[in-house]
Amino acid sequence: MKLLSFTALQIRRKILAREIRTSDLIKELYERINKVDPDVQSFLALNEKAAFDAAKEIDQKIANSVKVGLLAGIPIAIKDNICTEGIATTCASKILRNFIPPYDAFVIKRLKEEDAIIIGKTNLDEFAMGSSTENSSYKITRNPYNLNCVPGGSSGGSTAAVAADIAFMALGSETGGSIRQPAALCGVVGLKPTYGRVSRYGLIAFGSSLDQIGPVAKDVCDTALLLSVIAGKDKHDSTCADIGVPDYLKGIDGGVKGFRVGVPVEYFGKGLDDDVRTAVDKALKIYEKLGAKIVEVSLPHTEYAVAVYYIVANAEASSNLARFDGVRYGFRSNDVKGIDEMYCRSRSEGFGNEVKRRIMLGNYALSSGYYDAYYLKASKVRNLIKKDFDEVFKKIDCIICPTSPVPAFEIGERVNNPLEMYLSDIYTIPANLSGIPGISIPCGFSKKGLPIGLQILTNCFEEAKMLQIAYAFERETDFHLAKPKL
Amino acid sequence: MDYEVVIGLETHAELSTITKLFCGCSTKFGAEPNTQVCPVCLGMPGVLPVVNKKAFEYALKAAIALNCTINRYTNFDRKSYYYPDLPKNYQISQNYYNLGIDGYMTIEVNNVIKKIRMHNVHLEEEAGKLIHPENAGADYSLVDFNRAGVPLLEIVSCPDMRNATEVESYMHALKKILLYTGISDCKMQEGSLRFEASISLRKIGEEKLGNRVEMKNLNSMKSVLKAIEYETSRQSELLDRGEKIERETRLWDEIRERSVRMRSKEEAQDYRYFPEPDLLPFVIDEKWICSIQETIPELPLERKQRFVETFQLSDYDAGLLIEDKILADFFEECLKEVNLPKVFCNWIINDLLREVKEKKLDITSLKIKPDQLASLVIMIDKGTISNTIAKEVFSEMIDTGKEPKAIVEEKKLVQISDEGQISEILDKVIASNPNAIEDYKKGKKNALAFLMGQVMKESKGKANPKVVNELLKSKLEG
Ligand SMILES: [Zn+2]
Repeated sequence: MKLLSFTALQIRRKILAREIRTSDLIKELYERINKVDPDVQSFLALNEKAAFDAAKEIDQKIANSVKVGLLAGIPIAIKDNICTEGIATTCASKILRNFIPPYDAFVIKRLKEEDAIIIGKTNLDEFAMGSSTENSSYKITRNPYNLNCVPGGSSGGSTAAVAADIAFMALGSETGGSIRQPAALCGVVGLKPTYGRVSRYGLIAFGSSLDQIGPVAKDVCDTALLLSVIAGKDKHDSTCADIGVPDYLKGIDGGVKGFRVGVPVEYFGKGLDDDVRTAVDKALKIYEKLGAKIVEVSLPHTEYAVAVYYIVANAEASSNLARFDGVRYGFRSNDVKGIDEMYCRSRSEGFGNEVKRRIMLGNYALSSGYYDAYYLKASKVRNLIKKDFDEVFKKIDCIICPTSPVPAFEIGERVNNPLEMYLSDIYTIPANLSGIPGISIPCGFSKKGLPIGLQILTNCFEEAKMLQIAYAFERETDFHLAKPKL
Repeated sequence: MDYEVVIGLETHAELSTITKLFCGCSTKFGAEPNTQVCPVCLGMPGVLPVVNKKAFEYALKAAIALNCTINRYTNFDRKSYYYPDLPKNYQISQNYYNLGIDGYMTIEVNNVIKKIRMHNVHLEEEAGKLIHPENAGADYSLVDFNRAGVPLLEIVSCPDMRNATEVESYMHALKKILLYTGISDCKMQEGSLRFEASISLRKIGEEKLGNRVEMKNLNSMKSVLKAIEYETSRQSELLDRGEKIERETRLWDEIRERSVRMRSKEEAQDYRYFPEPDLLPFVIDEKWICSIQETIPELPLERKQRFVETFQLSDYDAGLLIEDKILADFFEECLKEVNLPKVFCNWIINDLLREVKEKKLDITSLKIKPDQLASLVIMIDKGTISNTIAKEVFSEMIDTGKEPKAIVEEKKLVQISDEGQISEILDKVIASNPNAIEDYKKGKKNALAFLMGQVMKESKGKANPKVVNELLKSKLEG
């Protein structure tokens, strides 16, 4: 087996056992990036020199038997909307071209403390607004399983890199499914933590009340490991919970015997692809075989989720993106007369179409006279959606459903139909609106050979249980071992 | 025609916290531009605000001191507008659940007490400062973000004031409350206290309010009053001519002493307020409110009334004492040593304030201590030193902070009351001033004063005037 096909936990064992040197691993990794990424296009920037320096340092530590961190020597890719000190962070937007943050995001600090190696910054839909990574101002990332297809989005660069074995792990971010949906489409594991589980400090905000950073990995155990590192209280984020972080690997093999699995009727209706339905049904059978009890549940307000999401997320985005004005950093238009023209032209030229569309929608929803009808109403419906989950979680341990209604679609297929594109996130958005955690794991392939994701949702701060349920399935199947031909 | 002027005031006060409202940067005034900044107050991508508890506490303190109802459930909102001094292009402020609502403050105008209602008191962040280059034709402006993020308290009064005198009284009274509670240094020249006025006119007897004009750029209390006078006559002239007053925002032009239109109601900004998602709503603990309540000192107006009633001070004198909390505290500390309110009041409002003014002293760091002034007063009372000497000693106490006793001993200033000693001096003076003796015998009364002066001079001011007076008379008559 080639070195780069191993999981992070496997490679860590080899590094610690001095079977391989981190610097050799990094060398091999960049060689593969140079070979494969011209096709996949997952990276916006590589961090090669710093990665080699870090690798040498870790090799030195290990050679000297100095204690190393939990992620010692593990190469990690970072979605390019997470601030990295000294490395350009662009949000795949022209408006932040060459923007170099003066500080590290909380999660980056944690990765460095645990001796992870940051190998590069990955592509995304501009400002994480999209479900296909086609909205990037720099490049279109391709699905490693079929280069004519999208990887999903907005964390498509991160999930494609992990699927292509050019990153052992990655960080993504979610506002409405941006980790789980591309994880499903690329055949990797992606987890969105409970809102408040991971600090947002340093994540360039899209929808502040929805955003979460989460892990992307090759399997459930690696996901658990990465979550253990990035979760926890941060004094720089007031919305981050002061709740202890368990070792998510501990007890992960506890199985699902006696667990009650809820299947929401609303998630199996019109628009669900037959291949996806078949794969999810098969997965449910496996859970039944493993001793879980499958029960039908209802989340009656599901149909409003997408509408509520696009009001809340865009309203917050319109405000969060106001700071990109050309005054202090980022792109500034040339030859402008006066401050108003500078604002107007810098933003018109700096932002892409989808971002501009959402800023306009958001500003509209917050305008005086419309606030009550849109933002306030949406906030109320959002509470009803949350209540739906509160109710069902009184009776069940988890919800199992598809992650995405369809497998990866072709590049260009949906770009001119924003509404259809927005529906890609129909099964993932409710978790963001209600703050609950969710994970997507590989559960099969479509007839065309494209990966299909299974989604597991639990109540807030039950990531440990969620990972245990995910692992029970993974242990029984080998979908996660599949590799794309590149 | 006669109109009634209706005035409301919006006050912005920077709170005296050591650090900014949402980050750890210093709030110290006057530093080099952009040296007190960090990613948070510069609005860098990805940063988040964390509330400064002290600032929140100060705002609560103000709301309680202004008799507001405290919104137990409160949060912050984003107020959106584009301006280069506003790093995020939204200001974190409060709109939907203000910290304090429905309060009031009492003011005193011509011995009449009047209640001015408070619409709301809320907390927000300060903006930065634009610096426009002096050379004409420069095609750029600079921004200093040192002030950006300093905690700012906004106090919005109801339109309860009817003339400039009431407004003046309101501004002074509010400033005193902020100083008494110690939540702002209220330095108008540094911009830590600012006012905006809304002014409207209506026919006397009419209930309905006229269209109001909001007046900005008022840099001092004086300009507030001038602007009100100007606006009153501008609006009444318009109304007299049968024209309508437009609802608008106007800027006060300090140099030309007139107001100019900034924007009309139609051009008014839509601030698109919505709850700040980066900060969770607060539920304020009743216990916290109580503990803050306990830290609020007696407020100026109540204190003045107590001084008048308890110490029989005149309204004017008591007013001077409470003008500054430090003075009033000094006064009460003196009384703890010896209960001579009128004596201490005179020392403070005459001598102390004169020395402070002449020597340009900072009242917050006086060297003289209340118990020292009390010792001085006791020494006068006992006849150890004369009043004249006491003034000299007092001046030295102000300069050095030394005990009066030490100064008196050091300079040998103890009063001479011994008749034998005084008699010797008198004989000397009488002998060398035969003309004055002549004048006295002719009945010229001021000759006595002249001789007294000579005696005091000869004794270097130490002779006890009472004894001198008696002895001198008996010597001259006898
Ligand atoms: Zn700061």
